[in-house]
Amino acid sequence: MADIKNTNKDLETEITNIDDPQDEMHLDDARRVKVLSPGMLVFKRFIRNKLAVVGLVILFFMFTFSFLGPLFSPYEQTQVFKGVGSMSKEFAGAIYNEELRYTVADGESFSSGERAQFLLALGSNTDTFTYEDNVFYYVQESEGVYRILQLDPVAEVLLKIFTPVKGDSVPKALQTAYLKAVKEGEDVFVVDGETYRITQKNKAAQISTEHDVALAMLSVYDPYNESDSDTVSSYQFKLATTQAMAQDQTKYTVNSQNFSLRYDDGQVTVLDSSGSEYAEISDIIVNPIDQSIFLTVDFKASVREAINDRETKFSYTDENGETEDYTIVRVNNTYNIKKETPTELIRTYENPSASHLLGLDNNGMDVATRLMYGGQVSLLVGFIVIFIEVFIGIVIGGISGYFGGWVDTALMRFVDLFNSIPFYPMVLIFGSVMDALEVAPRARIFLLMMILGLLGWTGVARIVRGQILSLRELDFMVATEAAGIRTSRRIFKHLVPNVMPLLIVYATAGLGGIIITEATLGFLGLGVKYPLASWGSIINVASDAFVMTNFWFMWIPAGMLILLTVLGFNFVGDGLRDAYDPKMKR
Amino acid sequence: MRNFILRRLFLGVFISLFGAMVIYTTIRSLPTSYVETIARQRASNPLSTKTYQEWLDQLNQVYKLDVGIVPGFFGWLENAIQGDFGESWHYGIPVTEKFSQVIWYSVIINIITFIVQIFISIPLGILAARKQYSKTDYAITVFALMGISLPTFFLATILKYVFSIQLGWFDLYGLTGRFFNSMTPFEQAMDIGYHMVLPIFTLMMLSVGGLMRYTRTNMLEVLNSDYIRTARAKGLSERVVINKHAFRNTLIPLVSYMSYIIPSMFGGALITETLFQIPGIGYISFQAIIRGDIPFAMFYTTFIIVLTQISLLLADIMYAVVDPRVRAN
Repeated sequence: MADIKNTNKDLETEITNIDDPQDEMHLDDARRVKVLSPGMLVFKRFIRNKLAVVGLVILFFMFTFSFLGPLFSPYEQTQVFKGVGSMSKEFAGAIYNEELRYTVADGESFSSGERAQFLLALGSNTDTFTYEDNVFYYVQESEGVYRILQLDPVAEVLLKIFTPVKGDSVPKALQTAYLKAVKEGEDVFVVDGETYRITQKNKAAQISTEHDVALAMLSVYDPYNESDSDTVSSYQFKLATTQAMAQDQTKYTVNSQNFSLRYDDGQVTVLDSSGSEYAEISDIIVNPIDQSIFLTVDFKASVREAINDRETKFSYTDENGETEDYTIVRVNNTYNIKKETPTELIRTYENPSASHLLGLDNNGMDVATRLMYGGQVSLLVGFIVIFIEVFIGIVIGGISGYFGGWVDTALMRFVDLFNSIPFYPMVLIFGSVMDALEVAPRARIFLLMMILGLLGWTGVARIVRGQILSLRELDFMVATEAAGIRTSRRIFKHLVPNVMPLLIVYATAGLGGIIITEATLGFLGLGVKYPLASWGSIINVASDAFVMTNFWFMWIPAGMLILLTVLGFNFVGDGLRDAYDPKMKR
Repeated sequence: MRNFILRRLFLGVFISLFGAMVIYTTIRSLPTSYVETIARQRASNPLSTKTYQEWLDQLNQVYKLDVGIVPGFFGWLENAIQGDFGESWHYGIPVTEKFSQVIWYSVIINIITFIVQIFISIPLGILAARKQYSKTDYAITVFALMGISLPTFFLATILKYVFSIQLGWFDLYGLTGRFFNSMTPFEQAMDIGYHMVLPIFTLMMLSVGGLMRYTRTNMLEVLNSDYIRTARAKGLSERVVINKHAFRNTLIPLVSYMSYIIPSMFGGALITETLFQIPGIGYISFQAIIRGDIPFAMFYTTFIIVLTQISLLLADIMYAVVDPRVRAN
């Protein structure tokens, strides 16, 4: 860097040598070669400025990275990476049954109204209840098991006078049996193999025959074989089993089939005559979350066992011999059985690896690839905005400077007006407008460029005007006027090219500023939107403190890219200014 | 001079009005407004007896949104001239009241930043100019360019990451600590000051570069001028040459540069305050603007526009005060 001074001196000596009148006299070919064109001089001065060259290298790298990088990247900008992970999903639910379940006998019905009356009678401890002329009676078979019978009145007895309800008369045998039963204080008596029950109705006693209607119980019956489910859920089977259980029998018969019982804490297993498992009785209901899944009794049994043992984990081996682990989560009275199921998951926040150099972001997209595409957007926005700025600036500044007078005054006041609009509030408002209109991400980028360009051209206009004001007084302008060249050509063909060097310097330095502005808007969530990326919107995730703390690879690279690019533009801009105007020396 | 100031004043007023009108037009063309959101909320209240449309009409009438943009603007202007900027929709209190609650946080932060910035950048700028093209000069230039090239949000996030999360020295957000209410007034002041360290550092880092380069360029220009050569030829010591002859003349452009800082000083640092959630005017207005709070947004933008015009006027006047040559013309 220190040799810039020397190089400048060298150039100056070269120039002075040329200007030296004695040397000019002996102008030969060798001398002539040393005379450099102004462009070449600028270039030479530029490449001798090490900072500028560093800036140029940075910019070259950024452009290669952003525009050629995607060609070599194996991934797409919006490619979401998914992977198989295990997720604890609810598989089944279990609950201690607290509601009576009804098994209705064959050919009978037990309506919901009747059920309600039954529950009321149960609550008030009366053993008969009526519903729409039907009289019912219930017997407690064992803990939590009630047998409900319907009574068919045969006769009523009031003050020992028998009134038949059905038929013409009350048989003598029935009368004597009744009187005998009342004397002995019994409710039930048998005549001719028929059971009669005595109930009180108002003041009269009623003699009725009875038949089974339903069984109400808390236990649940699960068959081991699906084909047995009809038998297992039948009234006879349940009644016989309950009665056997109530009497602590281990063997009983239903429909001439022999069954035996095996007691196992909390649950009872029914074995058939050959000794294999037939049904399972428990007061825990196990239901699958997804109705399409059939839960085997074995599985239900292992769930019940685990719940009874107050375990939170159990494993179950299914018929295919595969063992899977389940967890039980208790919520009040229900138990949720969760299974580790393999699920397709989006791989979010994955650390950098060989296949994803900068990891994956919050949407499971490759950070490095998004940085490349984001760089395209950021750089393009910068260039297009500066182009718009320079274009408007040249037109307004050129006209203003060339004509002067009232045109100049009017246009410059116009520039002042534009200058007075506060930048960030205005851009924020525009951002909200675009949010509200739900502008498509790609259209949004172009609108953003237009807005940034429209708000930023005043600086260029001022520079162009100032330069042209002094340039138009020069001799070559008199020459153009004498040659009769038309005004627009005079301004844009003869004046503006003279302002170009200064504009290039200004534009280069301005590019950095625009990239920062665009990134800031992206960071505030008002710039380029998902799924498209820009460097600013990539850093946006860092506004979440969790991401900022734990996933450096998601925001630091993008920030460094912005910093380096802007630095590169500033170095080059500085270098260009020095090269164009060595007198200024920055 | 007086004529000049009067002309500038007139122009300033005209430009301010135009700026306010542009902002008003833009805000009014927001398709979904805050009013619609409120009307929807009130209409969905089960106790509401009015429909959404009725609420909307009523609110539009209250907020003078039922008239066209031009009459609406003049209605706003009429009230604004009388000092009535209306009630903020988002904050629910008069705009000027909210403004006076929060403005001082921004002013304090910016004044401290400004002082620190001057004490760092002017000496460094002069040093760089005196030793042009030396290693010191390059180091300072690169440092200044780094400051200019750093996006605010990135610097702020890095600072938060290093000092708040890794080192745990500062809180991530806010102006007050957790136990603020149980502190003595002195401790409260200390607490606020403590929370301002990172925002001030951020602002300082970002603005130091510009001023440093500005100082360096001006100093170089002055050092190359004839009267410095004369001073040196007289045999004055280098210290006197720099401090007395050169530095004073460097101040001329600096004075005008400093006048430009006024809008940012009172206008708050929108981005920095938002990032650190400092309830200064910048953060408060950011919240208001993105929610479409027309009264507050109008007040804030007009305030900035007027401040800019005042600072321009002030820059011209200061220039004349400092430089006798300007006064003569």
